[in-house]
Amino acid sequence: MKESKLSAHDLNMWFGKKQVLKGIDIDFAERQVTSLVGPSGCGKSTLLRAFNRMHDLSSDARVEGTLKLDERDLYDRASSVTETRKRIGMVFQKPNPLPKSIYDNLAYALKLHKFPKEEIPVMIQSALEESFIWDEVKDELDKPAVKLSGGQQQRLCIARTVVLRPEVILMDEPCSALDPISTGKIEELIVKLKENYTIVIVTHNMQQAQRISDKVAFMYLGEVIEYGTTDAIFNNPKNELTQNYISGYFG
Amino acid sequence: MKKALTAAFNWTILAGSTAIVCLFLGIILFDIFSKGLPSVSWDFITKFPTDGMTQGGILPAVIGTLWLTLITTLFSVPFGVACAVYLNEYAPPNALTGIIRASIRNLAGIPSIIYGLFGLALFVQGMGLGTSVLAAGLTLGLLSLPYIITTTEEALKQIPNSMREAALALGATQFETIRDVVITRALPGILTGVILTLSRAAGETAPILFTGVAFYINRPTSSLNQEFMALPYHLYMLSTQHQSIMEVRPLAYGTAVVLIGLVFILNLIAFYIRYRHRVR
Repeated sequence: MKESKLSAHDLNMWFGKKQVLKGIDIDFAERQVTSLVGPSGCGKSTLLRAFNRMHDLSSDARVEGTLKLDERDLYDRASSVTETRKRIGMVFQKPNPLPKSIYDNLAYALKLHKFPKEEIPVMIQSALEESFIWDEVKDELDKPAVKLSGGQQQRLCIARTVVLRPEVILMDEPCSALDPISTGKIEELIVKLKENYTIVIVTHNMQQAQRISDKVAFMYLGEVIEYGTTDAIFNNPKNELTQNYISGYFG
Repeated sequence: MKKALTAAFNWTILAGSTAIVCLFLGIILFDIFSKGLPSVSWDFITKFPTDGMTQGGILPAVIGTLWLTLITTLFSVPFGVACAVYLNEYAPPNALTGIIRASIRNLAGIPSIIYGLFGLALFVQGMGLGTSVLAAGLTLGLLSLPYIITTTEEALKQIPNSMREAALALGATQFETIRDVVITRALPGILTGVILTLSRAAGETAPILFTGVAFYINRPTSSLNQEFMALPYHLYMLSTQHQSIMEVRPLAYGTAVVLIGLVFILNLIAFYIRYRHRVR
């Protein structure tokens, strides 16, 4: 068992009066892929977004509990949000390249964190290579990023996250807007990225969860119902709800 | 058959309404241009009025209007855009914000003559600026603010949240996100709103009436505390206040052509910005 990288302890969360996360205790192992699965509205995306504090700007969101990256308390006053988000990157459901060129999408991320100018081109190339998109874009780095195909845009967004050398990458259904071929490329990429990064991914696709993840957490109505190795969850679920969900009775 | 008839009827109503609107616009433009174009020449725009304003050009009015528009821009654009950014990006969605937003929308509906009186009370007398191009520019700025705030907020609303999240997730602060992503992307929309608002302000007469516009001055506006001539007021004056109205009628029409031309150019620029944005 590898050591825990990212964790939530006794996490409760509300949107207004509605409690959306209930007493979540979970930790994610370093350099592994963990999938969060469960029916729509079960709180998987909400949990994911709690880690990089994406709820900070919604005025009716309230978070209680302890979230930690290594020993760093993510909601402590002393922790800077921007530093947290640099260390915990995020890839969204719909590819969201900034209205800039391919190159500037990555350069912007680096400039925000004041990386030395002379290192930027090298970092950008290696991030694009690492995200399996360098060969497709190396001759047109000045092209607007929005002109890329959906799958390319999503790999660019992954490269934009990777370029900051985060420790954790959160992915919120990164393939749900993509065709099967692009999905295949991204899954291959995720498995590759695992060598260097801790990955937590929300997915609706059970086959995908089985293909790429080391561990799977099944969530239902704001709670983690069952959490275990991919093999255990899919082949030997202990909870009846998990059993029903993975065999497709509801969702 | 009945369906086809109804469809034809509906089409006639809609197309007919459009045609009537275009017809009126066409008549107005034709009337102004046919009577005004002959008096418009380079000299008309670049020469001073002479012989009790029965001869010569409208240079001081052109310069006055440009000054006025410049002051209006400098005052209303920074405040208006900043206010819209605050309302759309920072303000919590509560009752107070709602009241502020509703008040701003209502300000846009206040008759411009009221702004004139307010400008007279606040800028001319209260702040002691006197009747001057500065007082009039600030008054027009106040008039423009609600439009700029509203159009800017609309432009900001068009930016999908996924753009904000993209920047935030990279570790941009909220301010960096707004500056680098939100405003950059909303800029064409903001500029369009600003230009259309300014072109409207440039044609206003009532707010400048009490705050600094002059019947006639013999030197162009060169400092902020001076009274000034402006195209819309010049037109009003030539058409109704001049001692020999019939004699100066061609000049009045010429002034109208120049004013319409100015507004038209501003609108063209706004149109071009929107077009450029759509292409990209």
